[in-house]
Amino acid sequence: MSIREIREAFNAGSGGPEAALEALAKIVRGESGNGSLNAFLCTVPEDALSEQAARAPTGRLGGVPVAVKDNLATSDLCTTCGSKILEGYVSPYEATAVRRLREAGALVVGKTNMDEFAMGSSNENSAFGPVRNPVDLARVPGGSSGGSAAAVAAGYVPVALGSDTGGSVRQPASFCGVVGVKPTYGRISRYGLVAFGSSLDQIGVLSRSVVDAAEVLGVISGHDPRDSTSSEREVPDLVGACSGDVDGLVIGVPEEYFPDTLDVQVRARCEAALERMEAAGATVRRVSLPHTRYAIPTYYVLATAEASSNLARYDGVRYGFRAPEAASAEAVYCRTRSSGFGAEVKRRIILGTYALSAGYYDAYYGRAQRVRERLACEFADVFAGGVDVLFTPTSPTVAFPLGERVADPVSMYLSDVFTVTANLANLPAISVPVGEVGGLPVGGQFIGPAWGESTMFRAAAALERAMEGSA
Amino acid sequence: MSAVYETVIGLEVHVQLLTEEKLFCSDKAEFGALPNTRVCPVCLGLPGALPVLNGLAVDLALRAALALGCEVHETSVFARKNYFYPDLPKGYQITQFELPLATDGALTVTTDEGERTVRVRRIHMEEDAGKLLHDRVPDQTAVDLNRAGVPLVEIVTEPDLESPAEARAFLLELKQILGYLDVSDCNMEEGSLRVDANVSIRPVGATELGTKTEVKNLNSFSAVAKAIVVEVERQKALLDAGEPVIQQTLLWDEVVGTVRPMRSKEESHDYRYFPEPDLPPLKLDRARIDAARTSLPELPTARRRRFVEQYGLPVYDAGVLTASRGTADFFEELADAGTDAKAASNWVMGSLMELANQRGGEVSVLPVTAEDMAELLALVADGTISHGTGKDVLALMTESDRSAAEIVEAEGMAQVADEGLLEAWIHEVIAAHPDEVRRYREGEDKLFGFFVGRVMSLSQGKADPRRVNGLLKTRL
Ligand SMILES: [Zn+2]
Repeated sequence: MSIREIREAFNAGSGGPEAALEALAKIVRGESGNGSLNAFLCTVPEDALSEQAARAPTGRLGGVPVAVKDNLATSDLCTTCGSKILEGYVSPYEATAVRRLREAGALVVGKTNMDEFAMGSSNENSAFGPVRNPVDLARVPGGSSGGSAAAVAAGYVPVALGSDTGGSVRQPASFCGVVGVKPTYGRISRYGLVAFGSSLDQIGVLSRSVVDAAEVLGVISGHDPRDSTSSEREVPDLVGACSGDVDGLVIGVPEEYFPDTLDVQVRARCEAALERMEAAGATVRRVSLPHTRYAIPTYYVLATAEASSNLARYDGVRYGFRAPEAASAEAVYCRTRSSGFGAEVKRRIILGTYALSAGYYDAYYGRAQRVRERLACEFADVFAGGVDVLFTPTSPTVAFPLGERVADPVSMYLSDVFTVTANLANLPAISVPVGEVGGLPVGGQFIGPAWGESTMFRAAAALERAMEGSA
Repeated sequence: MSAVYETVIGLEVHVQLLTEEKLFCSDKAEFGALPNTRVCPVCLGLPGALPVLNGLAVDLALRAALALGCEVHETSVFARKNYFYPDLPKGYQITQFELPLATDGALTVTTDEGERTVRVRRIHMEEDAGKLLHDRVPDQTAVDLNRAGVPLVEIVTEPDLESPAEARAFLLELKQILGYLDVSDCNMEEGSLRVDANVSIRPVGATELGTKTEVKNLNSFSAVAKAIVVEVERQKALLDAGEPVIQQTLLWDEVVGTVRPMRSKEESHDYRYFPEPDLPPLKLDRARIDAARTSLPELPTARRRRFVEQYGLPVYDAGVLTASRGTADFFEELADAGTDAKAASNWVMGSLMELANQRGGEVSVLPVTAEDMAELLALVADGTISHGTGKDVLALMTESDRSAAEIVEAEGMAQVADEGLLEAWIHEVIAAHPDEVRRYREGEDKLFGFFVGRVMSLSQGKADPRRVNGLLKTRL
């Protein structure tokens, strides 16, 4: 059911908790036994969900079951970030995005599995086991919002919240065949989103349709006095934007996102999607974003630098895991962090600490900041030059087999190559299914200008319609 | 042979801003609450919480920067200072690093050695850390995070001070200024003013600075002066023995009166500063800076000078009266209400300050307004009551809300000027002391005071002494 259908039934008083209870039942069934996706880290008890439904206000998300990534603070469920260091932690307060969901009538059914502290592109870095891709259980769902993508793709919930620091919403959406959107940096309050790379992190939405993503994004967007980086700009009518046509829309296609090394099938699906957009009235223009080639190293310097600081608070002193039998404060720190964090998190903390250390700051962090600014200018110039929205593949490949890249972090990092630029340039971006390769979903990505979510949704919804028309 | 050295001192002063709330959350910044009762997700560093800058703290920091003659920057940037310590909930302190709020100020201080202009290198805003409690739980260290996130400014001077006395004078002057501005109460006992001193020595005439040490844990103005003396002597002994001074951080031990080096682990930090991504750069437009500048009150130095010129007060009086803004305001109101300035000064510096001290505060804590005081001093000036009775009336005024006139009336404290009554008392005294009368008349002049005293005591202090003097002269 779409959000609109659930909402209309709920707000009319005939829906009640049915949709949410059904979602919960599906999760409980799907998550038990062999072949479980391991998409959830915790779910709300059935009676608590009924109670919630009875109290839930009518609203734009009346009665809609929502899954929430486990790095968003919720006061009734765990918030572990997929990490042993926060095992059993329950936040005393709620993230602004979650609060806004509830105020609009949504019902949070559970918290989804993720790469530890959102660091990963396959969901294999969760301390609580990997998530499986519902399309092919032998393959990864992508990451780091793999649990949210799998939950939506499996049909457990119509929508889920994720977070996107370098593609963590869009890449798993692409791998699981669902819609995934991350808005402009500052559009959604980060209050209650457990920080990974603060200057890059944005909450995003995963859903089965573009319009459902627009519905949820519209609810959780907008200024929050608790987040000084959240924008005071008015939130446009994103649902309305979904019904706009694309006549005359100029779609920029950056050559750097279609390199010779790109999987030919992925390229073919994306080219086909562009043809459909042209058929719908859009114009395709080839453009160039040459600084894209520096995006991955730039991203990994900045994200890890910020992460090394953001994750310092997990020291075993105040909350979460504390290593037993540590006799001094220093021993508490060392042992807690050594055994509480997983390998990828430790790798990134070390990388980031190095990038910020005396004597290396200018060469790494300073230079990466300058490249970031340059990259943002490059995007701005392309949009100023008459391009309304950019189109690229979301990921260079389809979902890869579990275990394939675990031993090779660099190949894992490269799977973010088309998504990190939107975070570095603070731009909105959305991944939409554009077909399949060997039964595995392929995603295409629209990147909009800053605060240009309306145009981006208009293009994404038009592509979705064009793809349906072809099916 | 010992060389002759000169001392070079720079100070780093942390001052707590007098805001009601913390720097990045709305918890109360008050002192003395039960441990961990003034905390929230933000200052506890809970996962997902974000800082929001307290604009009132910015206003106070801005006033301090302007009063110290600093250039205030239209854009300053918060940064993270990363280190691990159990009193630091986030694993980093939010401070300002590369682009501080203000730079390039100066403050002139006066000591017996003369005037000294001390350049202020920078003023930046930052949050305080929590506090470790070693005596609450046996064999364990407890953490109180009530202080975590309390707003501070750090004021860093250039190494322009040349003696412990100058360092002390600088701190006193700074405290006065910040008090005038309502920026900080600079209460060292409550930790709202903390000082680190950078100390070096060099042979007199040398142009290059010697190796400096940083002395921490200075918890009172006198500790600052004492610690500098001790450290200078330590450095002199090293140099005289041909040994180098090692750049290091030292802790002052108030009990033993020595400095000891911090463990190298405590100081070998690479703080990995970087711009705080959770806070946009702090923008202060010219209009806001100018408005803050025009709203600054008259500062102590200017006021001292004016008190000397306008009221003809001795420099000493002006210094005492202007030490706090409340006291200076009180004096000025009193003088402007028509009281003789020197008399007003004497009363404020004397009886009023004494009464205020008994209550552990400044003149402004007394329930006596300058207007009340002017009324009282008018009664003294016109002879209705004596100076001594005035003090008694003042004491009574602080215990009730009665006016001076009401007290004098109700307690029958007015001086007796009625000649008949005075004559009767004088007659009685002369009759009772024939020996003394004879000796006085034979030339023993100093006995005159004896008769005055007897009459005053017979009158229970109410006789007008000037009239008693006059009448006695004629009767003896
Ligand atoms: Zn707080």
